[in-house]
Amino acid sequence: MTTREAIVARGVPLPVPTRDNAPFWEGTRRGELLLQRCAACGRFRHYPRPTCPACLAREHRWERASGRGTVWTWTIVRGPTLPAFEAKVPYNVVDVLLDEGVHFVSEVLDCPPEAIVAGMPVEAVFVPASEAITLVKFRRRAPRGG
Amino acid sequence: MRRLPVSEASIRDRAAVVGIGQTPFAKSLGRSEYDMALEAILAACADAGVAPRDVDGLVRYDMEQVDEEMLLAALGNPDVRFFAGTAWGGGGAASVLVVAATAIAAGMAKHVLVYRARARGKQSVYGAGKHQGGRYWERLEPELPGLNGWHAAHGLVAAFQEMAMIAMRHRIEYGTTDDQYAEVAVAFRAHAVRNPRAVMRTPMTIADHHASRMIADPLRLFDCCIETDGAVAMLVTSAERARDLRQPPAYVLAGAMAGGGHHIRLSTFWERRRADDGAPRAGRRLWAMAGVRPADVDVAFFYDFFTPLVIMALEDYGFAPVGEGGRFVEGGGLAWPDGRLPCNTNGGQLSEAFIHGFNNTVEAVRQIRGTSTAQVPDCRLAFVAGGNTDPTGAVLLRR
Repeated sequence: MTTREAIVARGVPLPVPTRDNAPFWEGTRRGELLLQRCAACGRFRHYPRPTCPACLAREHRWERASGRGTVWTWTIVRGPTLPAFEAKVPYNVVDVLLDEGVHFVSEVLDCPPEAIVAGMPVEAVFVPASEAITLVKFRRRAPRGG
Repeated sequence: MRRLPVSEASIRDRAAVVGIGQTPFAKSLGRSEYDMALEAILAACADAGVAPRDVDGLVRYDMEQVDEEMLLAALGNPDVRFFAGTAWGGGGAASVLVVAATAIAAGMAKHVLVYRARARGKQSVYGAGKHQGGRYWERLEPELPGLNGWHAAHGLVAAFQEMAMIAMRHRIEYGTTDDQYAEVAVAFRAHAVRNPRAVMRTPMTIADHHASRMIADPLRLFDCCIETDGAVAMLVTSAERARDLRQPPAYVLAGAMAGGGHHIRLSTFWERRRADDGAPRAGRRLWAMAGVRPADVDVAFFYDFFTPLVIMALEDYGFAPVGEGGRFVEGGGLAWPDGRLPCNTNGGQLSEAFIHGFNNTVEAVRQIRGTSTAQVPDCRLAFVAGGNTDPTGAVLLRR
């Protein structure tokens, strides 16, 4: 097998749950977007970490987030990318500012590249990628309600 | 220049770069990083007039694959008493020099080698290891336990795609334009045209830039650094010792490092205010240590991984107000000899070579010596920064 063939055979790289983030991935399998929330000051955080960046408290809960947010920034991948993603070029990658105040990197499904604008309202959808991993993707939504 | 009051904690004026060396740069040299590193290192020692056996300190990027033990074996087992690495890739382009100067100021070493060797051309993949040449991101593991997992599963797999998202946000906030990106690429290409060491020497116009293909919006091909093979090295010693050596010293007037956001962790990149990110913090400490201000700088070297990051770095380090970096580069603002601030006079990573920023640091030494192919007249003060979307650092070199 050539190096190139070996790369192609690897497919889409998927996360492996760790002790720090396992509740997140258990949540997505149930169709829930869970975020760590500081038990002391109430601040949400993502990526998962042992302490609150605002008050350093270690105590936290995993709380179900609204799944709603707006596009903070994005790119349209057109050029070289991992072989596993070449068939879907051009595709978007977005940074969503969730209503809970944290950023989440993902993709807006069913959205042509030219439709993406900063501040575009989106909501989470759950897309199984393997037995263990369900990814959080987003869809466009109406600004209020919907 | 007028000197301002200086900060207390200081490596100010304690060390100097006294030797520089490099290999040729090319899209593919067909050589090992080990071999290239040794060519550059021996050249730097010869340039300084210091015997390789007298090297007693080594500082490298921590992802450098030519490690201390390999160098000891190849350099005749000198008595190396200080060795260290700086993390975060291109963020280290100036930090390695800060660490070397710190070791010298503390008396922990006398002759410190700093180097970077890279087989990064597309044709240069020579092993299956994640960082062994070529495009590291093509060899992402199929299962990702680390922070990569939050990006890569959505098709965000390479640094240029992450930078595109950071650059897009700067456009959203400040209206930065394609023409401004092109100004950076065109200025640096014009510098490379004069530089026989540079890989990309065909002149470029703003129209050429705009005609290059979109890679990851808003980045076009000509907004991206090139991928090359090559190695560079420098020898750093004390300010006192430097005066006895054969080359005009490039004194390290000041240096600073700062942790901050990282492009591989976008979810936390915007968690802090921009003014509290790594580069602005490093900048404040740098100017305070040096007792000079951005307007005193004769030539500057920014980590030109991607054109919009140069525009952002101008703001981060105080050369332009926040949001004004785009206007700063307009009308050949970064071009030698008549721009408001000649930058990356070697052609930078966009057009000379991509040796992880360290080729820019070497060119800064040439400017202080007066030997650049785009020499700034009477160059007394050169600024060098590492990547501003990594934990980073910056140095000021003076004549």
